[in-house]
Amino acid sequence: MKVTEKDVAYVADLANLELTPDESTRMVADLNSILGHIDKLNELDTSNVEPLAEVVSAFASAERHGSQKFAYAQRPDEVKPGLSRAVALFNAPDTDGTCFKVPKVIER
Amino acid sequence: MNKRSMDINALTIDSARSMVESRRLSAVELAEAHYSEISSRDGTIGSFLTLTRGRALAQAERIDRLAEKGDPLPPLAGVPVAIKDVLMTRGDRTTAGSRFLDKFIAPYDATSVEKLEAAGAVCLGKLNCDEFAMGSSNENSAFFPVHNPRDTTRVPGGSSGGSAAAVAAGFAVATLGSDTGGSIRQPAAFCGVVGLMPTYGRVSRYGLIAFASSLDHVGPLTRTVKDSATLLEVIAGRDPHDSTSADVPVGKYSEECGREVKGLRIGIPKEYFGEGLDPEIREAIERRIDGLREAGCEIVNVSLPHTEYAIPVYYIVATAEASANLARFDGVRYTARSPQTKTLADMYRRSRDEGFGAEVKRRIILGTYALSAGYYDAYYLKAQQVRTLLTRDFQNAFTSVDAVITPVTPTVAFKLGEKTDDPMAMYLNDIYTVTANLVGVPGISLPCGNNHEGLPIGIQILGKHFDEATVIRLAHALEQNQQ
Repeated sequence: MKVTEKDVAYVADLANLELTPDESTRMVADLNSILGHIDKLNELDTSNVEPLAEVVSAFASAERHGSQKFAYAQRPDEVKPGLSRAVALFNAPDTDGTCFKVPKVIER
Repeated sequence: MNKRSMDINALTIDSARSMVESRRLSAVELAEAHYSEISSRDGTIGSFLTLTRGRALAQAERIDRLAEKGDPLPPLAGVPVAIKDVLMTRGDRTTAGSRFLDKFIAPYDATSVEKLEAAGAVCLGKLNCDEFAMGSSNENSAFFPVHNPRDTTRVPGGSSGGSAAAVAAGFAVATLGSDTGGSIRQPAAFCGVVGLMPTYGRVSRYGLIAFASSLDHVGPLTRTVKDSATLLEVIAGRDPHDSTSADVPVGKYSEECGREVKGLRIGIPKEYFGEGLDPEIREAIERRIDGLREAGCEIVNVSLPHTEYAIPVYYIVATAEASANLARFDGVRYTARSPQTKTLADMYRRSRDEGFGAEVKRRIILGTYALSAGYYDAYYLKAQQVRTLLTRDFQNAFTSVDAVITPVTPTVAFKLGEKTDDPMAMYLNDIYTVTANLVGVPGISLPCGNNHEGLPIGIQILGKHFDEATVIRLAHALEQNQQ
């Protein structure tokens, strides 16, 4: 599977990244080099292997079953103080003091 | 001991704390002595991005008042520490080594930082790292690279390069780092210090700027194994702010130091000693293994057969998670926005283009590609399945041994610029460290002598989930063994 400039442009679009033509050329070469190494995974037959997304439920609560595996992550649903509006907005590049401001969302 | 005769580079938690407790030196004087070292020598090392003097001196004064009153002092009273700049420190600049966050002021403290300060530690500043913790040499910092204090023409490792260099250079007694694929252990090995990656979930990730959430660990870098054990006792534990933090009792890890290792079964995985390993590193590690055998450990050859697949799995899983985590950097909430963009889509793109460095973009593209329609099964799902196989390798090995010993890195610290043009060569440097992140087991890197050029060699111990106790016990025995 060879990655082309077109693939990189498509993925960059999905990721909301803008690449210069030079960056794009370099990215095609780097991606092909990395994916060439990654193709090694096809040596393994994994048709009957469960995927592993996270290790906590497998090990921290290995003795528990079903939804009980995640019992450690449950807590009472109580209202607690969070960040104040002023603190939450503090790092934003543009606000009106109440909300984040962004350029026009809908174009005519 | 007074300020002049103090060897700042040899301070440990115990020696620093006892100076403050006995009032031979105040916590303020101790902090100032470190700031003076930083200002005279960090110009050539580059380990700090931000100094947090206000924060440090307020804490040091508080500790000195306690000491004057003769009140009992907390476990890290007056100990000068520094924090990798991927951890939030309230009111201080926190950049993750990225242009994007150049002016970001953290709105709250990471749990690990809060716990350090509650235990009396004095946070001197924020440490340089690869951008968003992505890198193995610290050359991906958007600000400046870190130089290895043992040889300034060489890299300190990464991504916690500043954390390792600061400890090695005498700028802080201990530091916090983060480890997603080796980012604590590899720089510890390159700089000749101790780096401990706890079990996944052992230390809260609240306030850690996320790289790959299922692989990220917070942990200490120190001069001694005992100091890492002490810091782990302080920062470990369940945190309601991090739903993945484990509800597993925290041990008295420092008490493991000095305990008998006789009878422990140590696995030597043959896959970690194959082609590509520097012969000097192999010999240094084999000598340590002989030492453990003489101390009464049973040395067992084991196999972790899927090891060669770990790098491909890692670079799919880590980049996929990173591409999702870094979507939040969009020009809306976090300080940087490209000026004069007319539409929202344009603002997203231009802000991300200007804010992210080349390696971060490369990983976002790779991760997005692996998650995109048509490739998800071939790459992401496949990688998760092989992650299961890697986990089974460790489960099988741990039925017959208590821990395994491996190298940390295939080579000693390389030169700055040596691998920057070839991302795959840089990634292969993580070959002995990424598996522990994928499996979630704890690991430690500690010094194991020097090569013929005087450059540090590291040795790694990997243990069972939540069995940091055995890892620390063995590490301490190895540390004593080489003196």
